Amino acid sequence: MFDGLSERLGSVFDKLRKRGALSESDVDAALREVRVALLEADVALPVVKQFIEKVRVRAVGSEVIKSVTPGQMVVKIVNDTLVETLGSDSQKVSVSATAPVPILMVGLQGGGKTTTTAKLAKRIAEKERKKVLMASLDVTRPAAREQLKMLGEQVGVDTLPIVPNESALTIAKRAMTVGRLQGYDVVFLDTAGRTSIDEALMSEVRAIRDQVKPHETLLVADALTGQDAVTTATNFDERVGLTGIVLTRIDGDSRGGAALSMRAITGKPIKALGVGEKVDEIEDFHPDRLANRILGMGDVVSLVERAAETIKEDEAERMAARMAKGQFTLDDMATQLRQMRQLGGLGGILGMLPGVGKIQKALAGANVDEKMFSRQEAIITSMTKAERKNPQVMNASRKRRVASGSGTQVQDINRLLKQHMEMSKMMKKVGKMGGGKAMMGMMGGGMPPGGPGGGGLPGGMGGLPGGGLPGMGGGGLPPGLPPGFPGKRK
Amino acid sequence: MSDADSFETPSPDGGDGRDQGKGWFARLREGLSKSSRRLVDGISSLFTKRKLDSATLEELEELLITADLGVTTAAKLTQNLARDKFDKEVTGDEVREAFAADIAAILDPVARPLTIDATQKPFVILMVGVNGSGKTTTIGKLAKRFRAEGRSVMLAAGDTFRAAAIEQLRAWGERVGAPVVEKPHGTEAAALAFDALTRAKAEGTDVLLIDTAGRLQNKSLLMDELAKVVRVLKKQDPEAPHATVLVLDGTVGQNAHSQLKVFKEMVDVTGLVVTKLDGSARGGVVVALAETFGLPVHAVGVGESADDLRPFEARQYARSLMGLEG
Ligand SMILES: Nc1nc2c(ncn2[C@@H]2O[C@H](COP(=O)(O)OP(=O)(O)OP(=O)(O)O)[C@@H](O)[C@H]2O)c(=O)[nH]1
Ligand SMILES: [Mg+2]
Repeated sequence: MFDGLSERLGSVFDKLRKRGALSESDVDAALREVRVALLEADVALPVVKQFIEKVRVRAVGSEVIKSVTPGQMVVKIVNDTLVETLGSDSQKVSVSATAPVPILMVGLQGGGKTTTTAKLAKRIAEKERKKVLMASLDVTRPAAREQLKMLGEQVGVDTLPIVPNESALTIAKRAMTVGRLQGYDVVFLDTAGRTSIDEALMSEVRAIRDQVKPHETLLVADALTGQDAVTTATNFDERVGLTGIVLTRIDGDSRGGAALSMRAITGKPIKALGVGEKVDEIEDFHPDRLANRILGMGDVVSLVERAAETIKEDEAERMAARMAKGQFTLDDMATQLRQMRQLGGLGGILGMLPGVGKIQKALAGANVDEKMFSRQEAIITSMTKAERKNPQVMNASRKRRVASGSGTQVQDINRLLKQHMEMSKMMKKVGKMGGGKAMMGMMGGGMPPGGPGGGGLPGGMGGLPGGGLPGMGGGGLPPGLPPGFPGKRK
Repeated sequence: MSDADSFETPSPDGGDGRDQGKGWFARLREGLSKSSRRLVDGISSLFTKRKLDSATLEELEELLITADLGVTTAAKLTQNLARDKFDKEVTGDEVREAFAADIAAILDPVARPLTIDATQKPFVILMVGVNGSGKTTTIGKLAKRFRAEGRSVMLAAGDTFRAAAIEQLRAWGERVGAPVVEKPHGTEAAALAFDALTRAKAEGTDVLLIDTAGRLQNKSLLMDELAKVVRVLKKQDPEAPHATVLVLDGTVGQNAHSQLKVFKEMVDVTGLVVTKLDGSARGGVVVALAETFGLPVHAVGVGESADDLRPFEARQYARSLMGLEG
């Protein structure tokens, strides 16, 4: 039942294999199918809704690249947004704090806490050469403490000796005392599974948290979870406070939508994945792989990526020719904004260039509002084709319409129009000066001559106009930055 | 009622005292109502009394999806509602009643208790499912029920893989007064099952409950191993196992379809038990499973203690899912 998305999208888009930008109706038709696919992948409904909105804003008006159908284009945008939402950096379980570092494992019954505890403990003991202690606070499930003890023997990690009739809180205290007295670096506290609406058990785990002040509190959750992922993650986060999520049973054949739900709802990073029953079957989290799995359309995504590769040449030439003629429409500006964002914003672009660490630091200090890019894109996509071609027609009532359509203020529209004007003036100058492809290559680097690098932007995507980035107030630029480079946020 | 008793019969001793004075339905509702509260709030806030238009229908469909009913079943239920009530003034209660009735109609044919055929001695029940779904605990609960019905029960520690799985079942055996057949960790599960059946036969045991290691249905080696357990049992008794119960975690999402499909193909699952319905999950996927597979649902788990097993009753499950009083 999960293989439907390709087919569904196929039939939607067979009818409209046209070129150009994605229209609102293209996008809506595709997103209806994407929505169903996400729900069938167990992404929780509120998360699906938010997510679809985010994709819609991005997709409408996006250029469909050559040899790719609109449906495929939407899939690519959905995929990129998924990766971004899942979190672009792979964060690990941290043990850098004053020893003994307490790590609290929490979650529902049967989620895989005990096995995960042993896996993480083994990895930290071996890879980070730490002295690790594990303690089971599960006095509810029969033989739970024996289970951890056996696993400890198996992976060669110490476990806290079992003392009968102790409460979970007492065991936690004892574990930390033993940890301190016997010089352990890390102490794992494996708690009993509990439903997130069991008030008594939730306050028990809160008491443990208050006692040991864990450095990490990890929610261990089953990748097979359905819509309940949201409730569980929210409740544990609100009542206990999480620092991360570990997703288990990812070696099953679920789509794993729970990962997206939990990540999106709590904002907490996914720090590891359980990929099997054996004690070394634990992996770092890779958002792109998981996105691929949730969507199940990896082939389409890579197809679009290949198409984009082959297209960059033409694109660069076309852009260069237009610039030489001094043409720079709002559509061009939108394209550039989009490219910027797709490349990970300004910080991302600079990160790709060799030798720009210093500038990047200066830029971080300059406090650039990266959200501005999407806002400005939204403004441009809310304008009619005619308005985009000929911004002079923008009168007060049109501006009001665009502002409400894009969720911005009229002064935002004014600012954008002014920036566009300045940019196109600059384009003209640049075009007259040199023009042609040579200029594009330089522009592609996003740096004026003398700037660091020559690295060139990957993808030769038309580059950043030398004449000032949109959305920036200018002024107060850190030394070494090209003229017109983004300045501080107002 | 000698040949076809069911554990649904209320236990004479009224459990361990925890639920005395409270009917089983009250406890089921207690469990389920927590899980359905959000759904109920959602539906009620949707209507005080308003026209059932397509926007409202869409919202209703979404609320059903949030209970894991799945896109297809949710759409079907909403369409049913629209057929009768479209453009009419409706209240939240009316909508809930209508959904509950439709869901009950879907669940009714599958609400069938696990009946013990007393001519089969022992009556062999094989418990299967993915890791952590609640197999061992459910065995403990079933064993307690059968014991209360005056049957002799034997448990087989067929999870020879997971650490302390044997100890866990042993603890349940002590708790409910049932002998546990075990072999050292790492023994082949099929061999253990074979021995357990031999012993249960020799001792004239009424019911043999066989625990198995949790396994994901896409691991074909592990699924083959399970199929072997069945094959080996059949060597002694071609009818065994007399029941093969898939234990489903109530928090599971759409993957339940794949679980049931594969386990059914491999070991001919005869019925389901749904666990952990005392949590915030609603177990709505059961409705979709009933439509697709039509396999009996025997019972629901509503807690971790021996008495937290309830018969699966279509009308009550449906009404509880919709947050309606009995
Ligand atoms: N709240 C609640 N917890 C349950 C229920 N049924 C089982 N559990 C708990 O779920 C956890 C896993 O249950 P087990 O019975 O060990 O599950 P299993 O399927 O045997 O697990 P493996 O043998 O490890 O695959 C334990 O902590 C049980 O106490 C239930 O109905 N409600
Ligand atoms: Mg078990």
